[in-house]
Amino acid sequence: MAITASKIKSLSLQPRFAAQDHFRMLRLPSPFQPRIDALARTEDWYTWAGYKAPLSLWDEELEYFAIRSQAAVFDISPMVKYHIAGPDAEAFCNRLTLRDVTRLKPGRVHYTAWCDDAGHVLDDGTLFRLSPDRFRLCCQERHLPWLLDSAIGFNVSVEEETEAVAGLALQGPTSFAVLRDAGFKDIEKLKVFDIAEFPHEGGSVTISRTGFTGDLGYELFVPVGLALSLWDRLFEAGRLHGIRAIGYTALNRARIEAGLIVANADFVTAEHAIRTDRLRLPDEIGLGFMVDAEKGYFNGRRAILAARANRSMKHVLVGLEIEGNIPAEHAIVYHRQKKEIGLVSAAIWSPTGKRNIAIASLSRPYGDTVVDDLWVEIYAMRELKYERLMKRAKVVPRPFIKLERRTANPPADF
Amino acid sequence: MTSYDCIVIGGGHNGLVAGTVLAKSGRKVLVLEAAGEIGGAARTEEFFPGFRVSSVAHVLNRLHPEVVKALDLERHGLALEGAGMSSVVLSPSGNPLVLRGAYGESLVGASASEAVAWRALRAQLFRYAGILKPFLARRPPDLAGMSLSETSALAMAGLSLKRLGKEDMRDFLRMLLMNVADVVDEQLEDDRLKGLLAFDAVLGAHLGPRSPTSLLGLYYRLAGEVAGVDGAQMLPKGGMGAIVAAIASSAAKAGVSVRSQAAVNKILVEKGRAIGVVLENAEEIRARTIVSAINPSTTFDLVGARELDTGFVRKVRNIRMLGDAAKLHLALDRPPQFLGVSGEDHRGRLVFAPSADHVERAFNPCKYGEFSPEPVMEITLPSLADPSLAPDGACVLSAVVQYAPYTLKEGWESGKPKFFKAIMAALEAVAPGIGATVRHAELLTPPDIEQRFRMPGGHWHHGELQADQMLVSRPVSDAAGYDTPLENLFLAGAGSHPGGGVSGVPGLNAARRIIAIKG
Repeated sequence: MAITASKIKSLSLQPRFAAQDHFRMLRLPSPFQPRIDALARTEDWYTWAGYKAPLSLWDEELEYFAIRSQAAVFDISPMVKYHIAGPDAEAFCNRLTLRDVTRLKPGRVHYTAWCDDAGHVLDDGTLFRLSPDRFRLCCQERHLPWLLDSAIGFNVSVEEETEAVAGLALQGPTSFAVLRDAGFKDIEKLKVFDIAEFPHEGGSVTISRTGFTGDLGYELFVPVGLALSLWDRLFEAGRLHGIRAIGYTALNRARIEAGLIVANADFVTAEHAIRTDRLRLPDEIGLGFMVDAEKGYFNGRRAILAARANRSMKHVLVGLEIEGNIPAEHAIVYHRQKKEIGLVSAAIWSPTGKRNIAIASLSRPYGDTVVDDLWVEIYAMRELKYERLMKRAKVVPRPFIKLERRTANPPADF
Repeated sequence: MTSYDCIVIGGGHNGLVAGTVLAKSGRKVLVLEAAGEIGGAARTEEFFPGFRVSSVAHVLNRLHPEVVKALDLERHGLALEGAGMSSVVLSPSGNPLVLRGAYGESLVGASASEAVAWRALRAQLFRYAGILKPFLARRPPDLAGMSLSETSALAMAGLSLKRLGKEDMRDFLRMLLMNVADVVDEQLEDDRLKGLLAFDAVLGAHLGPRSPTSLLGLYYRLAGEVAGVDGAQMLPKGGMGAIVAAIASSAAKAGVSVRSQAAVNKILVEKGRAIGVVLENAEEIRARTIVSAINPSTTFDLVGARELDTGFVRKVRNIRMLGDAAKLHLALDRPPQFLGVSGEDHRGRLVFAPSADHVERAFNPCKYGEFSPEPVMEITLPSLADPSLAPDGACVLSAVVQYAPYTLKEGWESGKPKFFKAIMAALEAVAPGIGATVRHAELLTPPDIEQRFRMPGGHWHHGELQADQMLVSRPVSDAAGYDTPLENLFLAGAGSHPGGGVSGVPGLNAARRIIAIKG
């Protein structure tokens, strides 16, 4: 039993400095910037995790339909990425996240989330098991200090690789055909949530059958040096398959239709929340299904199970279908048109579902056991005047649309 | 195989107290001690043939009366005699100051006006320490869900504060987080007296007298009592090991089993519950309650980060527990003569801290990883009152020496002989000729103490005793109040509230907490 105080204080600060330069440029260019710039007719940019990213490139509507009827390319390089490797990588991920990582096989991905000691969600993301002892964690927010502190007691290395790895999402019905024609041999073998490596320009590209659209789709990761050649390879092969680059506005519609939530849009992550009542347990944002009480200990387990036992969950995240066709973005939700019970965090008219849909956070018991007589108050700006609309809302299951091609095996050729 | 209700990890005095109280509640208790001998940092050990000494703790000044009562220690050989031990402030010019009675009921060698000023300050310090004393005896309050008894206890403390009267209450609040040097400068003139108070306030802490909040250390000291007398101190006959022997006798009477050479390698956890321990020899012992009376950081190492939340692990790592106090044991040919100190006063606590500034200057280098070239120290000559500790005519000197930073920049291998030389030079100045009578010397630096007594950082409080690591934050929030995030695992050592020193309070409170929860 080695007990020394030097061991207590031995954790080097060096790895913590590694990723601290990101603020020096207010909007970093993406590795794909030259190609995106060439296509950007609208010059409609926003900042995503410090990167310059397009809201739209040429037409929001058509970009959306590229997802649903062609092949849409969305640059996901700004997504925060960590490389986790070592003999204890599985145990580390299992203690860090909610789901049972021992059941995640090499070559598979799962959607998961992680919490602080109090069980409040720090972020959600995808965990890629690249090999038995190598993982990639992709997420919205930066977590290096948390991950490094979580590595105490584990034989594991955690490295920030956001800037080293470029990523593209290729989504839509023809995405499989694009990849096949681009020469990614055996790509048809990838089932949903599978990962495989493919040769590219003397290096390799990691392709997973994943996405944020609820459609047939893939995500491709390469070292930044191979980014532009990968882009060119896809666009060359995709020319006759209607390949198009898209911005976030179109993707956001697709993800709402798929019923997927976005950290710090549909819920406030624990390290960002300033107000204590904004913190959320997994069960309060629809992620309760991830919590595996039977696996070993994981961060927040005690607090989450205690909250379940005490029935002290205060919120619930629901899908709503709203009458009419006016999107209820950020509308207040009422019970019996009187009592304020929550807020819509995302809403659109769903072009594919042909329904007016929304994602909302409600105060329990509303949305949980009380689901009748719900209303949303929409303020629609009409020629410098707000039209106040009180519309009936119904709790409906997510996803709002289900596309068989997403999971079809082999994927269909279009 | 015998089965146990409770396993206590660590056979230091707190572990033994906790084990005994739990055994008296009808539980079968097993105490596991890693070393060959129980007692932890409160042992009496032979450091040279024929010379025995209290190994780390050498002055008894806070053994809690409730511990004495709960364990019936007086019937188990505890003798609280000699609690009128004086404190002597040594002086290189041969003008020592002597504080007689419990923490200076009277002064010998000070001016009449200083004696008056001291009487007022002493009364004030005891009054204020008295406000804090109940907090240092009870379990810290539970901020999340305070029970009725906790609320009323807090209300009582508020009431006692109110009873002080407006002026005194204002002064209590004003002084609470002050540094000791400013307080003594306000009220006293005599450098020797100021030096003593400054030294006592920072003894065992990584603070200088001018560091903010350093007065708290003095309150902690004054909240202690011996034989019902506040601020009293004594050298136990037979060394500190005699206190542990009395506790061990009470433990045996209560039916506690004690195993030495039984180092725990792992605390077994199943579904968030502590269920047992694994020893170094891979032996597995299970019990419904696991009490850890060892260092809190070591305890959670034994649990393993995998069973704990990241934020909690982070907090435990950030506990400050790097010691600054070294322990010196000298085997002397004959009793030394300190300049100007009467024969009888050599039996007192001899403090070398000529002024508050001297203590502050001793602290300065330690902030930057260097030892004090002119260290300050608390010296006792235990063999004078208890000749059994040394061969005929010879003498044992035991001293706590500050400051000796745990992480010495040049490393302790080369630094230790230099530090020893500095200590001997300081001793020579107040006891000329002492160096020539040294038959054997043992100097324990914080890393030595860490290794020998399994105290990470070599810190005798198992965590700095400063405002941010006290009460509900000791050792960290979520593990204050003796329970831990793990069901069935409890803390009972000095790293828990109220802190270190031979008091038995953490052990007693932990046991009472377990009984309160589990019946």
